[in-house]
Amino acid sequence: MADHTESLDRRGFLKRAATGAAAASVPVDMHAQDHDHDHQVVPSDPALRTRALESLLVEKGLVDSAALDAVVDMYEHRIGPRNGARVVARAWVDPAYKSRLLANAGPAIAELGYAGAQGEHMVVVENTPKLHNLVVCTLCSCYPWAVLGLPPVWYKSAPYRSRAVIDPRGVLREFGTELAEDVEIRVWDSTAEIRYLVLPERPAGTEKLTEEELAGLVTRDSMIGTARVASGRGGKR
Amino acid sequence: MNGVHDMGGMHGMGPIRHEENEPVFHEKWEGRVYALNRALNAWKKWNIDAGRYAIEQIPPADYLRMSYYEKWLVRNIALLVEHGLVTQQEIDTGKPAPGSAKATPPLTLANVAAAAVRPGYARPDDAAKARFQIGDRVRARKINPTGHTRLPRYARGREGVIDRHHGIFVFPDTNARFEGEHPQHLYSVRFRARELWGESASPRDSVYLDLWDSYLDHA
Repeated sequence: MADHTESLDRRGFLKRAATGAAAASVPVDMHAQDHDHDHQVVPSDPALRTRALESLLVEKGLVDSAALDAVVDMYEHRIGPRNGARVVARAWVDPAYKSRLLANAGPAIAELGYAGAQGEHMVVVENTPKLHNLVVCTLCSCYPWAVLGLPPVWYKSAPYRSRAVIDPRGVLREFGTELAEDVEIRVWDSTAEIRYLVLPERPAGTEKLTEEELAGLVTRDSMIGTARVASGRGGKR
Repeated sequence: MNGVHDMGGMHGMGPIRHEENEPVFHEKWEGRVYALNRALNAWKKWNIDAGRYAIEQIPPADYLRMSYYEKWLVRNIALLVEHGLVTQQEIDTGKPAPGSAKATPPLTLANVAAAAVRPGYARPDDAAKARFQIGDRVRARKINPTGHTRLPRYARGREGVIDRHHGIFVFPDTNARFEGEHPQHLYSVRFRARELWGESASPRDSVYLDLWDSYLDHA
């Protein structure tokens, strides 16, 4: 019963929070009226609400704008799927590295200089001609930031989260990835702090490519498991 | 809680919309919300599980309507007020309360790179005993907690096999409510697709979930 009450109170609170930030540009008396109504208030532009919040937090000394700039820059320019692609390419050309990567992914990934938030507890799962791995987070949006950067919108969306576990073959088909009936699918639902990276199959006909060229073939989606790696640059997924 | 966030196995959510050459942030404010979240986490007033729980408590219709970073914005405002870093009045007016002291932010340009490397959620030195071994047949418990849990509805009551032992990890159900980390052994549990979804699923396919000791019983 206590749980239930707390939950309801919290919900009321979040409902206020959902509309409250908008009020930075709204007269206080109007805002007070909003609180008294039970219907959904039309939300204002989240850009305005975010600017109002940042400005308040900077003025209160709670956050530093320059640090925010640096975080944005980090994920726009330094931490992204190119990191994971280099891990995959190394595993393709170096069997000893691949063994280390599959046995204990964290230290092997750190050998290439990649670590950090949402990469603390990594597991790498390998695709073979008879086995295909697919990663999802049905409960929220867990994703291996340190090697893939921030997730695409579709990964965080209800359609992918709801269906990846119940209809992986249908989901893969939607991505243009047809699997034969005799291929086993393993879906990894990221319900804890373990983050999964798929080691895709190295495509045929790439024997003469350098490690750097191979990394150029590896797409983000192939490391989530919704696509395979093509032998030529077919697309940027 | 049996919320709309627990959507594994639901139908009717529509097609997956894949975007070619998708930018990291579609609009500038999304990047600011992401970075604000990181900067506010540095205050250590709440934890990752409490953050997820706050998002789960967004009313379901709002949860489905809001964009991803809009949910983060709402979550952070809720946590800021709940933990006393700002007041509701400050949120409403957009101005610090008159006479309030100015704080010193824990995340700065100087430490932002170092702060990105965090200790993680493993607690290898904890004394917790493992209840299961690799190969054990287990059944996920039929529980319906009103608080935060990482045992999805679609696996409750279903039988699986312990596939890997990950080690000892912070237990989210208590951590989310600031009732302590209570670390437990964490396993990757393999559930046959047919056990979860019935005869229409492929007999070859499986779903693996990472589950803590207290989510499981011997089957």
